[in-house]
Amino acid sequence: MKTDKILLGHGSGGQLSNELINKVFIKHFSNKTLDILSDACILKINQSHIAFTSDSFVVDPIFFLGGNIGKLAICGTVNDIAVSGAKPLYLSTAFIIEEGFSISKLEEIVKTMAEEAKKAGIKIVTGDTKVVNKGKCDKIFINTTGIGSILEKRKHIGSGKNIKPGDKIIINGSIGDHGIAVMSARNDLKISSPVISDCACLHKLIEKSFEISENIKFMRDATRGGLASILAEIVENKQFGIEIEEENVPVKETVRGMCELLGFDPFYVANEGKFVMIVEANDAEAIVNMLRTQEFGSEAAIIGEVVDKHHGKTVINTSIGGQRILDMLSAEQLPRIC
Amino acid sequence: MKYIDEYRDKNLVLKILQEIKNISKTKVSFMEVCGGHTMAIQKFGIPSLLPPTIELLSGPGCPVCVSSRKYIDKAIAYSRLEEVIITTYGDLIRVPGSSSNLDKEKAKGGDIKIVYSSLDALQIARENPNKKVIFLGIGFETTSPGSALAVLKAYEENLNNFFLFSSHKLMPPAMSAIIDEKVKINGYIAPGHVSTITGTGIYEDIPKKFGLSCVVSGFEPVDLLQSIYMLVRQVEEKSPKVEIQYKRAVKPEGNLKAQKLLNEIFETSDEWWRGLGILKNSGLKLREKYKNHDAELNIHVEVEATREDKACICGEILKGLKKPKDCKLFAKACTPIDPVGACMVSHEGSCAAYYRYNRD
Amino acid sequence: MCLSIPAKVISINGNTALVSTGGAEYQANLDLIDNVKIGDYILLHTGLAIEKLSEEEALETLKVFEDFKELNDLLDQEEKQTGKRIV
Repeated sequence: MKTDKILLGHGSGGQLSNELINKVFIKHFSNKTLDILSDACILKINQSHIAFTSDSFVVDPIFFLGGNIGKLAICGTVNDIAVSGAKPLYLSTAFIIEEGFSISKLEEIVKTMAEEAKKAGIKIVTGDTKVVNKGKCDKIFINTTGIGSILEKRKHIGSGKNIKPGDKIIINGSIGDHGIAVMSARNDLKISSPVISDCACLHKLIEKSFEISENIKFMRDATRGGLASILAEIVENKQFGIEIEEENVPVKETVRGMCELLGFDPFYVANEGKFVMIVEANDAEAIVNMLRTQEFGSEAAIIGEVVDKHHGKTVINTSIGGQRILDMLSAEQLPRIC
Repeated sequence: MKYIDEYRDKNLVLKILQEIKNISKTKVSFMEVCGGHTMAIQKFGIPSLLPPTIELLSGPGCPVCVSSRKYIDKAIAYSRLEEVIITTYGDLIRVPGSSSNLDKEKAKGGDIKIVYSSLDALQIARENPNKKVIFLGIGFETTSPGSALAVLKAYEENLNNFFLFSSHKLMPPAMSAIIDEKVKINGYIAPGHVSTITGTGIYEDIPKKFGLSCVVSGFEPVDLLQSIYMLVRQVEEKSPKVEIQYKRAVKPEGNLKAQKLLNEIFETSDEWWRGLGILKNSGLKLREKYKNHDAELNIHVEVEATREDKACICGEILKGLKKPKDCKLFAKACTPIDPVGACMVSHEGSCAAYYRYNRD
Repeated sequence: MCLSIPAKVISINGNTALVSTGGAEYQANLDLIDNVKIGDYILLHTGLAIEKLSEEEALETLKVFEDFKELNDLLDQEEKQTGKRIV
């Protein structure tokens, strides 16, 4: 690593983040469970299997179209558990709050969290509160842990070790909504946009998918780093490749507008209510048809497949019939002139 | 989206490709000199669609890539001054200086703000009267009117804490220099938005003096392919000339109002270009009347000695003489997260575009 | 160069215009162009309108290959009849 200081890019969910994780955290914490680096780890306690995850939420601004930091905290944690194939059950929430923060704003955030948890059918069972001096944290940070129960036969999903060429790749809707909503809310670019964050709990969608097929090979929620980073992570160092049909990837026109204006690629923009699912080819259509009848799945689509070509790479067939490689996000996308 | 989607129509693309294949007999190379074109060509996978008779080369079209490392070193030195706020386009933030970059300086606490528009930088100056706000003016003729307007407004408002640190450059000297360096091309895909401002008169010498073809192109797949078609046709008919493909945005005379503004605020200067050396009258600096807003003349700072990596061949890549894969550092020591040369940092530098879209 | 985007003029306020592209809205500076009307499309670059887009030319560009196909078909026919090809 060529820098001795933490950069914002280290938290972006792309290559820099991965480097930090490997060269600092894994280096010292390494163990069999951790090294899999799935969103949620699977633990065996006595005879039961449990999915366990941890996450922190530091988004700025804390309120945006479609949600707030609290909603992100609940949905993000529930989704990490759900995409491992587990049923989310309990959450902990720890708050680090800046001195001077408005209590009514705090209550608004907490109220959202309670509503979201109730809708999701999960319980917040423990927590913590710390207050730091003004200037020592940006308004409010939330840390969570989540626990879920998982059937033994679904343990493999987090690792993706059963992925094979021929498997289809599904996404439950349009990409880039959350990142653009947050960017618009920041307002220092003075561009206003009607894009709403897609922040949502996805476990019910996933449970319904299991009702259709037990041949789900892998799932991950596409957060920072965007869809492209997930796909690049899936194929890295593997003996298969991925091919994506650009035309099949849903992108809302309003998201496209902002991306064109700022020079962003929607494939690299953050999401908070989208999962990527890799499933046995024969079951893909049935799952997509079901998703399309559900809230948070109306724009679901099969976007590509796993192939026995260009191992370790994700290739996009562009909308005009050309081809390009989709890499992991190398650093935070910034508005550019060129 | 209007004026975008129609030019990404797959059927139209296939039609144009067929026409290109029908008429393309001679082996040709065309160079584009616009970062936006480099990106678009890679993003849509255009090289994978063209017949083997046509080669596309990427030239010095990325203003970040051709700027000297010394410019970044000086910007970094400015950012370390207590009273200075640096305002910049996002493109510059990760360009390597000799020992640091603006991103790292920001992490260390430097007051560096990314802006979408030069006018936002002006506003920052209005809101921070006790600070010296330096705007990093990079870009070609498309972007320099923005800097010109900001300087004009600062002058009219007596906003004495707004400064421009100009690295603005002009396209035509670079295009001539490429030909002087005997880079083998049959013609240019000429920059679209530069031409919106300048008009096409600046390209007249290219067919007249050098016998090369020249087509001013838009940025969508239909635009690029149509431009390639027009270039091939010129070559096959042996009739090099300047043509405009991007007619919806480019008039032969250009934007006269913008040209007048540029002429009022700026005069030309000799500038150093990575890969091409010093080109006469290829840069823009503030005229005497506006010297109070020139950062270099008004704010003194010590700058470290410039160091370049000897193995970096950005210069030759910018001239189209070598491809990114020919560089020893490409994808090994020089990657998008850890760039050595500017061609890798800039989002549409040749190496970055290659790395992202086309690594084999 | 570079990143400029077509945007529609929604309203005009002195030397700025509210422009919209794909739902994103921005107050663009109009100092570099003249005679802008509501409904016009402009090219937006770093916050400034740098040109008005010509709808007429835009349609022409898209039509060119329709025309060319017709011409090509005509030439194909001619070649069949005369055994010669002009272009």
